[in-house]
Amino acid sequence: MREPTLNTSPSPGDEAKTTTCYMCACRCGIKVWLADGRIRYIQGNPAHPVNQGVLCAKGSAGIMQHYSPARLNKPLLRVGERGRGEFREIEWDEALQLATDWLAPIRARNPDELAFFTGRDQSQALTGWWAQQFGTINYAAHGGFCSVNMAAGGLYTLGGSFWEFGEPDWEHTRYLMLWGVAEDHDSNPIKLGLGKLKARGAKIVAVNPVRSGYGAIADEWIGIRPGTDGLFAFALIHELLRMDRIDLEYLVRYANAHWLVIRAPGAADDGLFARDADGHVLCWDGRAATRADAIDISPVVVGECTLPDGRVAVPVFQLLAERYLDPQFAPDAVSERCGIPPDTIRRIARELAAAAFDSKLSLPVAWTDSWGREHAEMTGRPVSMHAMRGISAHSNGFHTCRALHVLQMLLGAIDTPGSFRYQPPYPKPIPLPNRPGKARRPDGTLDAGPLGYVHGPEDLLVDADGQPRRIDHAFSWAYPLAAHGMMHTVIRNAHAGNAPGAGGQRIDTLMMFMANMSWNSAMNTGETIAWLTDKDADDNYRIPRIIYADAYASEMVAYADLVLPDTTYLERFDAISLLDRPIADADGVADAIRHPLFDPATQAEGRDVRGFQSVLLDLGARLGLPGMVHADGSPKYRDYADYIVRHERAPGVGLLAGWRGVDGEAHGKGAPNPEQLQRYIEHGGFWREELPESARYYKMANRDYLRWAQGFGFAASDAPIVLQLYSETLQKFRLAAQGHGPVQPPDAHRQRVATYFDPLPIWYEPFEHDQTSREAYPLNAVTQRPMFMYHAWGSQNAWLRQIATRNVLYLHPDTGAKHAVADGDWIEVGSHHGRITVQAKFASNVQPDTVWSWNAIGKRKRAWALAKDAPESNQGFLLNHLISDVTPRGDYANADPVTGQAAWFDLRVSIRKADATGTSQPQLPALAFAEADERPLRYGARLRNAQFHSKAAPEQPRRKPRP
Amino acid sequence: MTGLPPPSKKKLGLVIDLDTCVGCHACAVSCKEWNAGGIAGPLTDTDPYGKDPSGVWFNRVHSYELEPVPACGSGHDATPAQPAQTLHFPRSCLHCETPACVTVCPTGASYKRAEDGIVLVDEDKCIGCKLCSWACPYGAREYSAVEGVMKKCTLCVDRIYNDNLDEAERQPACVQACPTRARHFGDLGDPDSDISKLVAARGGVDLMPELGYRPTNQYLPPRPRRNGASEAEADARGTAAELDAGNPLQRWMQRVLRR
Repeated sequence: MREPTLNTSPSPGDEAKTTTCYMCACRCGIKVWLADGRIRYIQGNPAHPVNQGVLCAKGSAGIMQHYSPARLNKPLLRVGERGRGEFREIEWDEALQLATDWLAPIRARNPDELAFFTGRDQSQALTGWWAQQFGTINYAAHGGFCSVNMAAGGLYTLGGSFWEFGEPDWEHTRYLMLWGVAEDHDSNPIKLGLGKLKARGAKIVAVNPVRSGYGAIADEWIGIRPGTDGLFAFALIHELLRMDRIDLEYLVRYANAHWLVIRAPGAADDGLFARDADGHVLCWDGRAATRADAIDISPVVVGECTLPDGRVAVPVFQLLAERYLDPQFAPDAVSERCGIPPDTIRRIARELAAAAFDSKLSLPVAWTDSWGREHAEMTGRPVSMHAMRGISAHSNGFHTCRALHVLQMLLGAIDTPGSFRYQPPYPKPIPLPNRPGKARRPDGTLDAGPLGYVHGPEDLLVDADGQPRRIDHAFSWAYPLAAHGMMHTVIRNAHAGNAPGAGGQRIDTLMMFMANMSWNSAMNTGETIAWLTDKDADDNYRIPRIIYADAYASEMVAYADLVLPDTTYLERFDAISLLDRPIADADGVADAIRHPLFDPATQAEGRDVRGFQSVLLDLGARLGLPGMVHADGSPKYRDYADYIVRHERAPGVGLLAGWRGVDGEAHGKGAPNPEQLQRYIEHGGFWREELPESARYYKMANRDYLRWAQGFGFAASDAPIVLQLYSETLQKFRLAAQGHGPVQPPDAHRQRVATYFDPLPIWYEPFEHDQTSREAYPLNAVTQRPMFMYHAWGSQNAWLRQIATRNVLYLHPDTGAKHAVADGDWIEVGSHHGRITVQAKFASNVQPDTVWSWNAIGKRKRAWALAKDAPESNQGFLLNHLISDVTPRGDYANADPVTGQAAWFDLRVSIRKADATGTSQPQLPALAFAEADERPLRYGARLRNAQFHSKAAPEQPRRKPRP
Repeated sequence: MTGLPPPSKKKLGLVIDLDTCVGCHACAVSCKEWNAGGIAGPLTDTDPYGKDPSGVWFNRVHSYELEPVPACGSGHDATPAQPAQTLHFPRSCLHCETPACVTVCPTGASYKRAEDGIVLVDEDKCIGCKLCSWACPYGAREYSAVEGVMKKCTLCVDRIYNDNLDEAERQPACVQACPTRARHFGDLGDPDSDISKLVAARGGVDLMPELGYRPTNQYLPPRPRRNGASEAEADARGTAAELDAGNPLQRWMQRVLRR
């Protein structure tokens, strides 16, 4: 038989352009092949440091995202009531004039009346700066409901963190513990790393109530009860201390184990570090108090000592050992609460110690420590950990995150070969030096960026009565270390503050970007919608104006008065900046750009959209904001691309670190280079500088690293960064709560601050667990992120939605039997806050006291251009309707008391068989958005014909699809 | 009915590591994307934004729950107990040595390449009778109702020999994309190829060998989970330094540390 002749070398496209993906937050490098002006194919960029050529399901589905029928094409002005989705298209001039007319009086009157919250923003280096120039303290992105517990827990402890400032040593680790990681940052790097560990035979332990994804390939799955990870960590610490399997030398060299803590109950200095007259922290070297940063001393780590001034002090390690050796943290004591057998806890502790200490890993790399001592090799502790939202999204998450870092420190497993590693520009000083802006300068700008790191009560944003100044109550006594702000409280507070006689902060305009706050980004979605649409007696909206920027017809679009249509990620410039969320890895520092592959006007009839960042600069210029206009009032920047290149945050420091200087030869710092973006485009869309080999571990006290970092402007000095087992910052707040110091909490908050600002990690029941009845709400309910939709807009994507058009509630068969629920039943799920009706499905891969679902699949009817009978809205659902934005007691936000992180994983529920079936509840009215074309998609037909001259894929399908 | 060529020396295929697959669907979507505009495109999607979206996919991922397995045997032959597991199973054409989907084809549209063993469909000859999809026990055939023709995995025949691609990128899209690198491509007819060695080392298996179609693609089974539950030896270690019950901090009192 004759085989047909095949062209096995067709052109893969006219050209391939390299840019950065935006299908989720990972920022992988992509190569986009274009053919005939259309996207032929998107692949991972093999040269890119983040994904090394691989690409996830979302990244490959970028074609369908770019050509989505849900794209907004024109600025929109609301014509119907808020929430209906009725708009008329307007021109950009009118849109920008309106926004200017709304914002200019606010800036003149009181800039704080603009609340600017930017959701899944990857341009906070710009948006935060813009807010500062406008002068509002009311700015944040979405970190408050995402992962601020991980960021703050790490930064206040290590000067780095899980999340995006560190990674496991994928090349050398022999034991990896994943805590509360489903599909999280960084998606493709974690998968690449797991593949390496699997190939090498390293052990992977997944601690998660649900065994999906990574848990499925782990050697061991520990189906922990939600919210009890801190207790499990303490029991491991207890065991390591009991067995004396800890790295004390490491703890006195790199951590503050030997630092002396004043023991003077009731005094104003109780619990602070003992310092000499010059402010240097002291330790005890056996005979006398001496500077703790001295070298070649033999500091003691237990025992009480008397300082020259008569005060009594003990080393940090003693406080730590006393606390965690307490029988309340023994494996037998925590086992039942955690749902982990005590023998398993003891075994894991032994395995951790064996992997850290018995493997004798050492890299033959000479290095010099901060004190100038040379070391012939780098001693390894090949135990690594990664943790994410299963830890962060609980009201005890900050302390649990700190507990995990203490556990790692005891093993000597921070930035040693085989352990957790910092990604430059981290580690940074503890706490980070930038405090949140508080006051306005004469030109109306804020004295610092609105977000930052408080060092003590004096840095809080509270008024003379101790009441919150920010609309979201971040940096108030209720949530002092809210480093990412608290977007989840904004709409409730804006509504309440604008009530007649409320006396709270008043908001005039709420401006948001990429934040689906009327849907899956809100806790308490139902009431949030009510606040967005509520009116006063004069028929005016209580939140007077809402400006929203989005690229797609999301649920939130329907609640805006003015919609600014954003571009897709292939039509824009972006800077993935070191000033924002770096894409560095442990061996090198990197940043990247996006650049437009298409002019939006060519992508659809009448398409007239602009990148939000350029719009923001335009708006800033129209408002005459400092930094955005020349002296004559003319715009200083043409657009965002121009800003990326020419803006300097400090002399020589801009958004991008690569190819700076007039000749483009400087990296890190240097004068603006007009050709900079071109250099990025030529180099695959990213810049990376590899660390010298001697600088790759022990970064917190590695002279080569710290000098290198200083040279790049990452740190002001090359001083070592001391890991903080014990946090004096937290103790300062506790002392204030106990009545010391000039800035103290109002009486209503004293007990709370004193309780939760413990300088050593604590564990407490998540608030919702503590404040609801076990009988009424016997089950935990959590969401997991589907790998094919994580952080993406997912369900509108024609290809991804074929993988799952709807979610169900998964429960263990035993749980079903206990509650008289059969597989496939429709059930009513209740919480202290609300009720939903959903379909149940049995799965044995879940801890029996926990039910779970995929998040972000449920959609509002007709949102995202989906048909009105789409399963996403008719059978899919949001767990958010069950999650209150305040605690059951109603006294505080449903949030961590230290950082304000939204505690959506604290949810407790009941289940019972529902009467009605077939449709999820609640069903909200359909939005008045257009539905997509229902004809079949034949993406690629034209491309194939152009390539193969085949009759097989005619312009029109041969047959009509069956109805 | 369509005849098969003599067995080829070169047998190109995939090796899929079920021990490492996290079920992320990257392979499925990258496959759809490349092939939509490739030699077998378009991969049509009906009702793309409606109630029942359904499209042509050459590669699909299924997930299964495995029951726990009790320990078996004793001594050296013992196999330790295995916990319940979640198994992710990517499924695509196995490019069988004796593919029934080819022999059943009434028009010669389905064929197996003599050169490398890849099983393809010549859409110009396909009449959309679906006999091949009935014959394939692996469910690898994908009928496009919109186009009226049968489609299937091409092993990216328009990538693997493509002179316009960098040599390193001349591999199937699914292999290139796989984030855990659980997918491998190569010549399974050559016992010295990397993937043949991988199959030998890891005990790769045929899917449903009893049917006799002799799949070229191989699956590497999940490694036994080392959950440690039966590891008694660990108990002996690490407990020597039990703390003094009176003053547990005592032993660190005299510890001489150097900073």
